[in-house]
Amino acid sequence: MKKHLNTLYVTTQKAYLHKEGQSVVVNVEQESKLRVPIHTLDGIVCFGVVSMSPFLMHHCAENNVAVSFLSEYGKFLARIQGPVSGNVLLRREQYRVADRSAAASAIARNILLGKIANARAVLRRALRDHGEQPALKTAENRLSQYLRRLQQPMPIEELRGNEGEAAASYFAAFPQLITVKDAAFSFRGRNRRPPTDPVNAMLSFAYTLLVHDCRSALEGVGLDPCVGYLHADRPGRPSLALDLMEEFRALLADRLVLSLINRRQIQPGDFNDSAGGAVSMTDAARKTLLAAWQKRKQEEIIHPYLEEKCKIGLLPHLQAQLLARHLRGDLDAYPPFIWK
Amino acid sequence: MLVLVSYDVSTISKPGRRRLARIAKTCLNYGQRVQNSVFECLVDSAQWTALRTELLRLYNPDEDSLRFYFLGKNWEQKLEHHGTKDTPNLENDLLII
Repeated sequence: MKKHLNTLYVTTQKAYLHKEGQSVVVNVEQESKLRVPIHTLDGIVCFGVVSMSPFLMHHCAENNVAVSFLSEYGKFLARIQGPVSGNVLLRREQYRVADRSAAASAIARNILLGKIANARAVLRRALRDHGEQPALKTAENRLSQYLRRLQQPMPIEELRGNEGEAAASYFAAFPQLITVKDAAFSFRGRNRRPPTDPVNAMLSFAYTLLVHDCRSALEGVGLDPCVGYLHADRPGRPSLALDLMEEFRALLADRLVLSLINRRQIQPGDFNDSAGGAVSMTDAARKTLLAAWQKRKQEEIIHPYLEEKCKIGLLPHLQAQLLARHLRGDLDAYPPFIWK
Repeated sequence: MLVLVSYDVSTISKPGRRRLARIAKTCLNYGQRVQNSVFECLVDSAQWTALRTELLRLYNPDEDSLRFYFLGKNWEQKLEHHGTKDTPNLENDLLII
């Protein structure tokens, strides 16, 4: 089985990454800060003004190390893609299924089942921990209704409609999950591009990290991250990576953000406001979130479908593998990851 | 698994110094220098075979010595560090610069 490897995050501005032998070397102001053999890495994520030698880019592409460049605030800017590898037959099948609406909507439906079930699990956990709250209970009931509705096959447009409604009910209950009573962390629905409040800034940042991991997981098993089922094709959009991350949004990203706020690891002072209304995290807050994210990925769980112990960081890879197996015809349906 | 590689290379002659540099470079490709002439290499069995073969090709059995310690998968419990030059655990530590 594939091993969960580490990801290198470079947040120091003006850092320069280059290759020395088989290792990645991070230099800050002419001084080497870290040296990592490439085979211990799964990905490199660079924030803001971080540069990289072309030789290291080649080296990463050759060794299947996913490289993403994000803005200082976590907005996706670019990634480096090497020669497309993996099984061309698998990718052909992926495209064929995308063109067959029944097959595509079957996968999308399972993804959505996973997403809603996991969102509901997050609400249920809160109900268990903090007692009955009417708003949470309502949202939980609604999500259960959507799950029942999704038992029937339906065309993709209808699925997207249900997704939107389910997400709206989930986010309507989201403020109840924030136990810190501070005006800075009040949440009035999702907003993005740019996020205009601290909670949304953190969510957006966590989702960007999740996309990076899902994308590299898909590339790792030879699928094209740009042809999705739930998400329509759009130039430059990693639709399949966005599909894959749906199952993990609530579980990995939302819960992480919530616990950082609720445990007061991130404070109202950890954000910068810009003139346009955009809110972004400070350097320190971003590092806290990255650290928590990396730590979370090290935790082990039993995969509900494979019944194998695995690290959380490996979940996107395992789901990508299951999707590939379904596309190849080895599995009748795509089994989404449903948290227990 | 973690393999600890340590070596003594005779540097009296010029070819010896060259061997030293080459062996050090090879070790750096696979692991981290934890002390002078001591490397910790986090490798799977294929990578280890490659590293071992390369080292055995480079060293001179009449003048140098190589020692490999196999610390296995649960090496974290078998290791303590005191003092300066602590190196990150590449498997689990946060790599945030």
